Amino acid sequence: MPHFRQNRLCLREYFNMFNEEENRDTFDIQISVSDPEKVGDGMNAYMVYKVLTKTSLSIFSRDEVCVKRRFSDFLGLHSKLASKYMHMGYIVPPAPEKSIVGMTKVKVGKEDLSSVEFVEKRRSALERYLLRTVKHPALLKDPDVLQFLESSELPRAVSTQALSGAGILRMVNKAADAVNKMTIKMNESDAWFEEKQQQFENLDVQLRKLHASVESLVCHRKELSVNTASFAKSAAMLGNSEDHTALSRALSQLAEVEEKIDQLHQDQACADFYLISELLGDYVRLITAVKGVFDQRMKTWAKCQDAQVMLQRKREAEAKLQHANKPDKLQQAKDEIREWEGKVQQGERDFEQISKNIRREVGRFEKDRVKDFRVVIIKYLESLVHTQQQMIKYWEAFLPEAKAIA
Amino acid sequence: LLQVRTADSPHPRFDLNNDASLVIDIPDALCERDKVKFTVHTKTTLSSFQKPEYSVQRQHEDFIWLHDTIVETEEYAGLIIPPAPPKPDFEGPREKMHKLGEGESSMTKEEYAKMKQELEKTVQVHEVFLQRLSSHPMFRKDRNFQIFLEYDQDLTVRRKNAKEMFGGFFKNMVKSADEVLISGVKEVDEFFEQEKNFLLDYSSKIKDATAKAEKMTRSHKNVADDYNHISGALNNTAADNNTAFKKHLEKCAEVFEKLRKVEDRMASDQELKLTELLRYYTRDIQAAKDLLYRRARALADYENSNKALDKARLKGKDVAQAEENQKQCLQKFDKLSESGKKELTSFKARRVVAFRKNLIEMTELEIKHAKVRRLKCYVYHYMFIRQCSGILI
Repeated sequence: MPHFRQNRLCLREYFNMFNEEENRDTFDIQISVSDPEKVGDGMNAYMVYKVLTKTSLSIFSRDEVCVKRRFSDFLGLHSKLASKYMHMGYIVPPAPEKSIVGMTKVKVGKEDLSSVEFVEKRRSALERYLLRTVKHPALLKDPDVLQFLESSELPRAVSTQALSGAGILRMVNKAADAVNKMTIKMNESDAWFEEKQQQFENLDVQLRKLHASVESLVCHRKELSVNTASFAKSAAMLGNSEDHTALSRALSQLAEVEEKIDQLHQDQACADFYLISELLGDYVRLITAVKGVFDQRMKTWAKCQDAQVMLQRKREAEAKLQHANKPDKLQQAKDEIREWEGKVQQGERDFEQISKNIRREVGRFEKDRVKDFRVVIIKYLESLVHTQQQMIKYWEAFLPEAKAIA
Repeated sequence: LLQVRTADSPHPRFDLNNDASLVIDIPDALCERDKVKFTVHTKTTLSSFQKPEYSVQRQHEDFIWLHDTIVETEEYAGLIIPPAPPKPDFEGPREKMHKLGEGESSMTKEEYAKMKQELEKTVQVHEVFLQRLSSHPMFRKDRNFQIFLEYDQDLTVRRKNAKEMFGGFFKNMVKSADEVLISGVKEVDEFFEQEKNFLLDYSSKIKDATAKAEKMTRSHKNVADDYNHISGALNNTAADNNTAFKKHLEKCAEVFEKLRKVEDRMASDQELKLTELLRYYTRDIQAAKDLLYRRARALADYENSNKALDKARLKGKDVAQAEENQKQCLQKFDKLSESGKKELTSFKARRVVAFRKNLIEMTELEIKHAKVRRLKCYVYHYMFIRQCSGILI
């Protein structure tokens, strides 16, 4: 294990040493969302973000592209991807949530801290959304994705209602109801699917609880920051009032240290939030998407079953017509049988395909989540180390001041 | 029957013992149900004591009795009376203790730790009270103080008798400082003028600083609690998963548990060194103000006695009595002024020493905890980085 002594290895160098290893096995594509700009005025105003793509992949026409996109463009992209791929069992990363309250503040032109935080939160979410989307090997090659990243003009997305996180959840619930009414059971090879589905149900519940705990941490850390600042002011006042010179000076210094520490708390709260809380929020939404594909499989199965039933009926009808001496109708019946045989085969193929896709997608999801959570905890620990480092510096500077009280 | 003891606590305490001839400490405190029993340990070479060493059990009410008898002693009017220790306050833990009495499940580790912290706080403040008395040339000779330290039986009966004896005899001397009276005094003495202004201003500032420090400490504790919940939630999530993710979550849970421990320790150390210091001096400043009040009252009495003497001289009646009264009032006022000056001067010195000691200790602890936390983060960081080759599915 390497030596951690401060004067041997600079902190930044130490972390870089490991981050380089990390970056070696990442994708050959980097996306950043930045420079939010307000366009227009009043209730028709909107934010525009700069989307910069740097890549060495050949499917892109240039190795560096910069375009301007607004929030509804992202929603439009997601909507298209979901409609294309979800029914095939692909886990399409969900787009960030809409927020009427947040956006209204921004539109109305409030330049206060909460609007700034809102825009930053959204910017970060949009970036994570794009990164997750291009990490998916099939989605990366999708023409809509390429167009989104490269084309300077994009047709305005109209139906952005379609597939927000809440929308998917509603769909899932409706599908679940339909499934419960199904009388035909699926066969044993679905044990894997049943097990996985249960696991995701549990994971959903637990991640929401975890997310709530982390949100509480963020909140309390912010409170700590406020209270520290408040104490700093009070200590300064006390120092002014104190008539012993050296003690008065020390109290003023204490106030200064606490002010600096307040800033550290604020920075830490940001790390708590952006690293952990937002990741958990993303995963809660992602799991909703996963539940969505499982339900698509159910629907596919139902369709397959319906086709079987139909085929059976057609065969029965044909059998009846055999003894009815109506050659035209008989031919029609035979044609219909062929049609439905085809549909049954197609249904079975679709079902096999979606099952295969889901197995692969779930495998990929499980691998990615370990990686995601690992990256996050590593970054979080780094943030904590930085905070501690600063704290040590501040207190070590104060110690001689305290000792100087005579 | 749950016992929470501080005897094995590694926590360094503020030691006011300045003289080997009378050394007092509270090495142990026992918390049963809602009563706290302090073990008061005395070592002395003074001849007024019958034995060189004592160890007695005392309750909070005994300390209050001792404080009240001292306050009501006319002889000590010119001294700053060490503030009474506040009642031990266990809030939630107390409810838990009651529940335990009724046979409920055991206390969690965290609840136990919280109780212990509260106990440490209350021991510190009761100990300081006694050490203030023992280190003062006049209080250490107080008869009741000696009884408190020596008497090996329960003091409850004595306390009841004492209440009947005094019954508010010096009640008007005991009233808390009336700021209007103090600031209304026409001060000829430069020293007291300065002290009055200083104390009035400082008193409000330190009250405010105490309140803000309390809020800050509470926030620290909330953050520690959150780390605890996060750790629990991570473990719950890990339970339902398998392979790599599970191991990973369990490791994360460990990280947060370690963070919680350090944060908790930082919060309670800050509370003991900073918040408790400010709380104590808020009370001590009040005691100093009480002294100014008593002196102001004595001055008012003296001025009244002058007026009475003039009146008596005019009327030609009871002049000798009025002269005697005036002489006594002047004597009393002079005695309070002389004693008060000494007390207020040593008060400042004492305050400076206490702040210095506590600020240094607090800073050293902050540095120590921050270094521990930094090291742990380094270790876990390294572990997670190294895990990379191990987790590929």
